[in-house]
Amino acid sequence: MNTLNNSRRNFMKNVGALALGSTLPFSLVELAFAESDQNFTFAYISDAHLQHIKGTRFVRTWDRGLIRAVAETNLLTPKPDFVIFGGDLAQLGSKAELDHGTEILSALNTKVHHVMGEHDYYLDLGEYWEKLFGPQYYSFDHKGVHFIILNSIRTYDDWTFKRWPTSEQRMLEMAGLDNPNGSPFMVGEEQRKWLKSDLAKINKNTPVVVFSHSPLQKIYKGWNFWTEDAEQIQALLKPFKKVSVIYGHVHQIQYNQIGNISFNSVMATAWPWPYPQSYAQAEQYLPKLTVPMNRADPFFDRDATGWQFINLANGRVDLNYTLYNNANRIVRYNTKKKRPEDSAYQGEDARIPPQTHY
Amino acid sequence: MSNYHQKSIAYCFGLMAFAVTGSSRADEFTDADLQRYQQQFMATVAEGRELWISPKLGSNGVACAQCHPNAANTHPETYPKFQKQLGKVVPLWEMINWCLRNPLEGQPLAADDPKMTALQAYVTYERRGVKLEPGKH
Repeated sequence: MNTLNNSRRNFMKNVGALALGSTLPFSLVELAFAESDQNFTFAYISDAHLQHIKGTRFVRTWDRGLIRAVAETNLLTPKPDFVIFGGDLAQLGSKAELDHGTEILSALNTKVHHVMGEHDYYLDLGEYWEKLFGPQYYSFDHKGVHFIILNSIRTYDDWTFKRWPTSEQRMLEMAGLDNPNGSPFMVGEEQRKWLKSDLAKINKNTPVVVFSHSPLQKIYKGWNFWTEDAEQIQALLKPFKKVSVIYGHVHQIQYNQIGNISFNSVMATAWPWPYPQSYAQAEQYLPKLTVPMNRADPFFDRDATGWQFINLANGRVDLNYTLYNNANRIVRYNTKKKRPEDSAYQGEDARIPPQTHY
Repeated sequence: MSNYHQKSIAYCFGLMAFAVTGSSRADEFTDADLQRYQQQFMATVAEGRELWISPKLGSNGVACAQCHPNAANTHPETYPKFQKQLGKVVPLWEMINWCLRNPLEGQPLAADDPKMTALQAYVTYERRGVKLEPGKH
C-alpha cells in the first residue's frame, strides 16, 4: 500500500514537471480567450475505466491516463470554471474502482460535474455512484448557459431487471462493447419527461449544452455508439437556437451537426477505440463531417487518448483536444457554415495519412 | 524375380492398402468433408473469440476486446509488415505477443500454441472479405 501511494505521488510530481515544461498547449489557451469577455472555459475528462485487479492493484496504464489528465487540467491558465467527468470512471462499477477514481479526481482544484457511464451503472444501477457524486440527471445554469446532464446509458427494463441471474453478470454483459448480449442505450421516458419540463422554463435564445455518456445520435448500434431514443431527445432540443451535445463513450473524436444541434465527442483517458468503419462486417453511420483522429500507435500507451478544454464562445462550443502523441486538434463551430469543423484538417486535401482508417 | 516384378507387386499392395482403409483421392472430398472442415474452423474461431474476451489471457484482467471490439484495428490482412517500433517485418502472431506482454501484462505464446492459432483464426475471421494487402500501413 505504501509503495503504491509513494509511486503515485512521485508520478504526479513528474507529470507536473513534464507538463509545465513541454506538454501543456499554452498557445491553445491563449487562442481560446482571444475573442470576447463573455467566453468561459471548462475542462472535460472522460472514460478512465479504472480497473481493479485485486487488493490494492489497479491496471496501471488506465490509472496513468486519468492521473495525467487531472494534473494537466490543474495547470490550465486561466482556470476552467468547472470540470465535467464524462462517465466510465470504473471498469466494472465496483466500490473499489469508484473510490479509487474519486481519490484521483479529488486532486482537481475545480468543481466537478459527473455524467453516468454504463461501466459505472450496471452493477448496482448507480446506487454507490449517487452517494459519491449526486443525482444521475439534473441541470444547472452558468454565465447565461443552461447545462443539462443526462443518464443516457439506461436500457430496456426487461434487460436490466429480468435477464441476468446476478448484478455482477449484468455488469459484465454490458461492459463488453462488442458483446451481442448487450442492449441499446436510451435516456428513457422518466428522463424525457423531466427534460421536457426542465426545458419549458428556458428561453429559446439561451444557449443549451447537454452532457450525456452515449451519443444522442445513431452511429453504430453494435458498439452502442447509439442512443435508442435519440430522435425524441433531439426533438425536445429543436426549439432552441444554440444547442450543443457533448458525449463520451466512443473513445475517439466525432462531431456532427443535425439541424440546430451540434454534436461533439470527447477523448478517453484510458484507451482509444477503432472507428466503426474498421469493423468490416457491419454497416455504420459515422458522421461525414468527422475528420477521424490519427490511427493509434499501440506502442505508445497514451496515444490517441487525452482530455479537452472547451471554450463557450458566444454560446457555441469550441473543443480543444489535448492529444498526447499527436498534434492537438481544435474543433470549432463555423458560424457561416453553421457546423463544427476541424481547424486544420477539415478539407479533403488537408488530411494526413494516419487519418485514413480502414 | 526381376526388379520390375518386385516393383509392381509393391505397387499392387499399395493400392490394396488404399482400398482397405477407404481413403479417397484428393479431388474427392464430399459435402460431409466440407462441413467437417468448416465446423473445425468455426470451433477454432469460437475458441479464439473466448480468448479474445477473456480477462484470464493476461495477468491484469485486461482483455484483447477492450481495445479491439470485434477484433477491429488488428488488420490481419496487412501482415507480415514492417513495424517501425520493432525495427523489422513481423507476422501477426508476433504483434499479438507484443499485446500479451504489454497491455495484458502476460506471457507470450509459442507460434504454434493452439491458443495462438485460435486467436489468429478469430481475428482473421472478423476481417473476412477484405482483400489481402501485405505490408500496408
